[in-house]
Formats: sequence, structure tokens, C-alpha cells
Amino acid sequence: MPGHPPFRSKIAGWGRYPVVDGLVLTSESLAAATETASLSRGLGRSYGDSSLPARPDVPVADTTLADRLLHFDRTTGLLTAEAGVSLLELNRVFLRQGWFVPVSPGTQFVTVGGMVASDVHGKNHHVDGCFGEHVESIKLRVADGRIIECSDSVEPDLFRATIGGMGLTGHILEVTFRMRQIPSPWIWGESERIDDLDTMVAGLKKAAQAWPMTVGWVDCLARGRKLGRGILMKGRWATREEAPAKAPPLKRRFRIPFEFPRLALCRPSMKAFNLAYYWKHFQRIKQGIVHPDAFFYPLDMVDDWNLIYGRRGFTQYQCVLPHADDNGPARRFLEAFVAGGGMGFLCVIKDCGPEGKGLLSFPRPGMSIAMDFPIHSRKTPVLIDRLNELVIAEGGRIYLTKDTFTKAEHFQAMEPRLEAFNGVRRKWDPDGRIRSAQSVRLLGDVA
Amino acid sequence: MNFVLFGATKGMGRALARLLAERGERLFLVEHCIDELEASARDLETRGAQLPVRTAQCDLLAPATFAPALEQAERELGQIDAVIVTAGLFATQDQLERDPELTARILTADFTNTVLFCEEARKRLLARGGGTLCVFSSVAGDRGRKPVILYGAAKAGLSRYLEGLDHKFRSRGLKTICVKPGFVKTGMTAGLKPPPFAGTPDNVARRVLRAIDGGWPEVYVPAAWRWVMSVIRRLPRGVMRRVGF
Ligand SMILES: Cc1cc2nc3c(=O)[nH]c(=O)nc-3n(C[C@H](O)[C@H](O)[C@H](O)COP(=O)(O)OP(=O)(O)OC[C@H]3O[C@@H](n4cnc5c(N)ncnc54)[C@H](O)[C@@H]3O)c2cc1C
Ligand SMILES: NC(=O)c1ccc[n+]([C@@H]2O[C@H](COP(=O)([O-])OP(=O)(O)OC[C@H]3O[C@@H](n4cnc5c(N)ncnc54)[C@H](OP(=O)(O)O)[C@@H]3O)[C@@H](O)[C@H]2O)c1
Repeated sequence: MPGHPPFRSKIAGWGRYPVVDGLVLTSESLAAATETASLSRGLGRSYGDSSLPARPDVPVADTTLADRLLHFDRTTGLLTAEAGVSLLELNRVFLRQGWFVPVSPGTQFVTVGGMVASDVHGKNHHVDGCFGEHVESIKLRVADGRIIECSDSVEPDLFRATIGGMGLTGHILEVTFRMRQIPSPWIWGESERIDDLDTMVAGLKKAAQAWPMTVGWVDCLARGRKLGRGILMKGRWATREEAPAKAPPLKRRFRIPFEFPRLALCRPSMKAFNLAYYWKHFQRIKQGIVHPDAFFYPLDMVDDWNLIYGRRGFTQYQCVLPHADDNGPARRFLEAFVAGGGMGFLCVIKDCGPEGKGLLSFPRPGMSIAMDFPIHSRKTPVLIDRLNELVIAEGGRIYLTKDTFTKAEHFQAMEPRLEAFNGVRRKWDPDGRIRSAQSVRLLGDVA
Repeated sequence: MNFVLFGATKGMGRALARLLAERGERLFLVEHCIDELEASARDLETRGAQLPVRTAQCDLLAPATFAPALEQAERELGQIDAVIVTAGLFATQDQLERDPELTARILTADFTNTVLFCEEARKRLLARGGGTLCVFSSVAGDRGRKPVILYGAAKAGLSRYLEGLDHKFRSRGLKTICVKPGFVKTGMTAGLKPPPFAGTPDNVARRVLRAIDGGWPEVYVPAAWRWVMSVIRRLPRGVMRRVGF
């Protein structure tokens, strides 16, 4: 079946920078849409240039029309879905039936293809690893046009390179993964106000022993003794006895109607936001039943919230720093961020479990720190260079799906696994057909 | 209830079929591409349709396939309670003006063949004492407008036909529902610039389901198009000659 003809469209990641006047192919049939495409993209929730074409005139496939659930086995939980189905839809269909994805990122507006390509992690990384650990097989269109079903036993190298491979091994058409049975669709949560970084890190490590889901929010503008203060959140699925009898009601969503002016992003307003968030948590410890959307996807409550960063867009910096005996790495990182003029509304901290099977997967044992900040054309690249140098010195790495500004030499210095990944790509795509703006920037691909 | 859906592998038909599946209805799909039919049948089963969802090949460009497909549906379902037609073709006015062969295909598919299919469905529904025939026409058929002259002409004919069916057969238990979508974001309109009030397949499907349940003879989706079209229908010729829509 032929796909629709390609059309011109402005495309960008969630950070709204860079923006490309791209050539987009789309169809309910991914086999048709991906025939001539150089890259696939889902809902564009990666922040930077991961989902953008190497050049404006090479077509990219938009997968979001391909959203069918092809098979679900209620005894094993194995689900086969087309790559364009969104997590929002999976939750809508499965949550009330007592099933949930094994790993969920912090937004529901992602596709299954994007979850595999970024090998996403969630609040349960310390026990369950990344999404890719739960993937049984992937149906992939590779550069020469063939469609290959790969898994741990069939073409395992291709399988492992595709998990976390940022779309660079080919087009993911279908994914088979294991859903998880849950006792109720509600969360039992506990959150705690934390005074400083040492307490935060210790709190995360302690909580990891007792809770399947943990994450910390840090006020990244607090300095000195208050550095690292924030809120530690812990959760688990509520038992049937604890949970309310009714299904979680649909949450009302709000819209940001227009781009905010630059003024909204000055230091005082960010300071006020961070303070308010911190002191809203007036009691030291809160606990009780929490709506699953409020627990997993607090930011999804506001549609298009990326518009608050205005016309110049924003970026996120996320890195993982290996554990040290003290909390030196995280402290040095936060200090460097503030000293480098960084400011942001959100900073998320989370302890990662073991490295997964994806050849380029982001998480490794250590502390992951992520922060959003508006782009300043002169200052931002300098700040990112500074942070990257620190990450290299600490033996850490960055998360490609959030990255917009890292230099190739910095990325290569933090990625000893790159050689193996490049090897798989050369084998399956000797002519370098599958590529993205990010792979041109970081891996030396030819645009 | 037992539903036959023509063209539910994509777009608004897909969204509507999913709502029916979630209600646990019995579905039978007809369309021309077998692989698409099978994938969609599995999708609907996963979402709660009564097992199994069966399918038959049926090509909007080949009227000879209509009767056999409906016969097979009747055999599998025992009885057909409702038929929903979302199959249809679209091309821009520019494309059509350049390509008479494409024009012939679209006029034939969206008017002649859709009517022929509906006639087959109507006879079967009436034979069992009535039922529901829900067919997707378009707001493009409501007024001769510059961007949709040819496509709109086919849809205008279709809307008139459906109106006539309603007048003649409602008393015999046949509820005819003419759906008039405005701009809806589906594969059909991919790449076109969405105007204000553009709809999504999910919103459209919810409203069409209300129309089916309530037996409304005509429904505009999204609802705002009803008011938009009531203004456009009243604009004088002199104005229509000057404006671009
Ligand atoms: C508010 C917010 C919170 C987030 N929280 C988390 C989090 O907690 N944990 C986490 O890990 N991530 C998180 N993310 C990042 C997000 O999960 C990833 O960027 C994810 O990949 C986005 O999916 P997408 O469908 O939007 O993909 P896109 O952004 O469209 O694409 C992302 C990458 O996947 C590739 N890709 C997409 N579909 C396919 C396909 N079918 N075949 C091949 N390649 C494909 C693209 O080429 C690109 O490289 C968050 C993002 C936001 C905006
Ligand atoms: N989208 C809009 O803005 C809009 C506005 C007004 C009216 N409409 C009308 O609403 C209806 C549904 O539109 P949509 O946007 O949902 O369209 P769509 O996504 O393109 O779906 C149309 C369906 O018809 C099927 N079809 C096409 N040719 C066929 C053939 N020869 N034989 C059998 N099936 C065929 C398609 O399957 P294949 O592609 O596999 O052939 C598909 O399942 C159409 O009648 C359309 O004219 C749409």
C-alpha cells in the first residue's frame, strides 16, 4: 500500500530548538512510510535534535498514525504494538484492566518506538532497569529496506544497538514487550522535604531499599548549605485494599495559549517557582493515595508547557555521575551549574541501577541529574561545555535524547561503548543512510 | 450489536471502531487491503471487541466486491444491525484539475460506488426490518467552494442521496445518518494546513457514536462546523466569488 506523499512541515524537539523546515512522510502503514525515510520520529518529546533529519531535504517518517495493538497475551503480559502507539493510549487501554508498562518516563506523550530508541528509564530504574530490559523483540526496517525481526537470540547485536540507539540502526516498526500486572491503578506515595544534598542522596539510597519507585526534585538555585535541598518522592502501587474503589478519574489538562515573553524566565521568577515548590511541601512528610498521573506525569497536566520558555526555546541537561564515597560529584556538578550562570525551574535527581543491554543506553550505576533551562545563544554552549568537561572528569555520561549542544569530542570522550555501536551501524548501513541531525553533530555522519 | 465497517482501518473509521470495540460490540471489517484488515482486526480484539473480529475484502473501486463482502458479513454475524461507511478518497482541487483520470476515480468512488455500496447495505438492513446506515459525507458538499469543487460535488450528491433514504425509509426502521466532517486531522489531510476548528479522529468518533445511538439523521463534526456551514450556506454568490474558502 502506498503511503501519502511527503509534505513540508516545521519540526522540532520538545525544546523547540533547533527548528527544521523538514520533509515528513506519514502513513498508518509504517512499512510504507519508512521506505525512503532517513529517520523515524515519534511524538518529538526528545529535547534537542535526536528526532530531526540530517538535512532539511531528507525525509523523516512520522510514526504516530501507526498505533495498533497487534497482540496481547493476558497470561504472559506480552504485548505487540506498532511503534507509533503512545504511552497515553497504552495507559488509557490497560490501566483499568490492571496492566502497566514495565518502565515509564515522566511524560505520557511518547511513542513506544521512542521509548525503545531512547531506552527510557523511570522512577523504578534501581529495581527494573530501562524499558529495553523488558523488550522481547523488535521488528526493524534496516537501511537496505529489509524488515528484520531481532531479539536476544536473532541478530542480538542489532537488537542491542537498537535499544537506546536513537533511531540510528533503522526504523522500528513493531515492538513486543512485557506489560506488568498491577494490584490497583492507584499509587501509595510518600514524599519528604529534604534540607540539603547529603540528606537527599542518602535519602534516595535508603528509599531504594524499601520502595520500587523513587525520585528527588532539587531546587537548583539554592546555594551553600541549602545546596541540594528539595523533595524526595517514593511510591509503590497501592494494594486493592488501600486503593479507592473507583478508577482514577481523567485529569483535567490546561493549555499554555502562547509563547511566554522572555521576561517570565528571569532569575527572580525561577527563584519564586523553586521556593514555592519547596514550601508547598510544608509538612516534612506527606503520605497517602496518589493519582497515577500526578505521580508519574505531573508535567502532563499542562499541554504545550514548553511554550513558557519563549521563542528561543530551551534545553535539558541530563547526566549520570558514578557514585563516590562522598557526594562530591553531585555537589561539584550543582555548584558548576549555578556558577556557570545556569538557572532552571526543574532539576530531577535519581539513583540509577545497573547498566542495561542497550549498547548506547544512558543509565549506569550512579546519580542521574537532569535540569531544564532556557537557551541563550552565547552562554548556553559555554555552560554545556563546562558541564561536559566535569562529567568526563567524573567518569559519567550524558543522555542523548536530551542533548542539543554537546560537541563530538566531548561525547566520544565519555562513551567507550561507541566503537561497538559504530561497528553494528557500519555492518547494517554501510552507506550511512539512516542518520539524524544529532548523529551528524556527534558521530561524524555525513549530512 | 453487530456492526459492519467499511474503511475502518484508518482515520475516523479506525477511531470509531475502537469506541465500538471498547463497548464490547461485534464487529466485521471490510476493506481492500488484506494485511491492513488483519492488523486492524487484531487491534480491535485487543481493545475489547467480541471475539473474533472477522474481515472480508471489499474495494470501493470495484462494485462487484460489495455484495459478496456483505453476504459474508451476514453469514459470520448472523444478522447485520448497522453499517458504517468511512471509506473514501480525497485529492486537492489543484491535483484534480490537472488529472482527469484522478477526477474520474474520485467522483466514482465518493459518489457512484459509495451509493452502490449503500444500496446493497440498505436492502439487507430493510430485509431484517431496519437498522442503522451511517455514512461519512463532508461539509464540502454543502456549498460550491473554490478549494473543493470536484470532491465537494461528489459529496453533495452523496449527502442528497442519504437525505432521500432517510425521508423514504425511516418509517420502515432504517435510520440513515449522514456524517459531515469539517477538517479532521487524519492521514487523508496530512500536510494540509489545519484551519480553525480542525478536529481529531477521537473527538469525531465520540460525537458520531452519539449520533448513531440517538439516530440523528445528520451530524456535523466537530460540532462548530454546523455553525460555520450555516453561515457559508447563506453567503451571497458575490461574496463566494471573491473569498478563497
Ligand atoms: C516532560 C518530559 C519528561 C521526560 N521524562 C523522561 C524520563 O523520566 N525518562 C526518560 O528516559 N526519558 C524522559 N523523557 C524523554 C523521552 O522519554 C524520550 O525523549 C522519548 O524517546 C520520546 O519519545 P518520542 O516518541 O517523543 O520520540 P521522538 O522524540 O520523536 O524521538 C526520539 C528518538 O527516538 C527515535 N525514534 C522514535 N521513534 C522511532 C522509531 N519508530 N524507530 C526508530 N527510531 C525512533 C528518534 O529517531 C529519536 O532519536 C522525557 C521527556 C519529556 C518531554
Ligand atoms: N479528514 C477530513 O478532514 C475529512 C473531511 C470531510 C470528509 N471526510 C470523509 O470522511 C471519510 C473518512 O475520512 P478519513 O480522513 O478518516 O480518511 P482516511 O484516514 O483516508 O480513511 C479512509 C478509509 O477508506 C479506505 N479506502 C480508501 N480507498 C479504498 C478502496 N478503494 N477500497 C476500500 N477502502 C478504501 C482507506 O483504506 P486504504 O487507504 O487502505 O485504501 C481508509 O481505511 C471519507 O469519506 C472522507 O472523504 C474526511
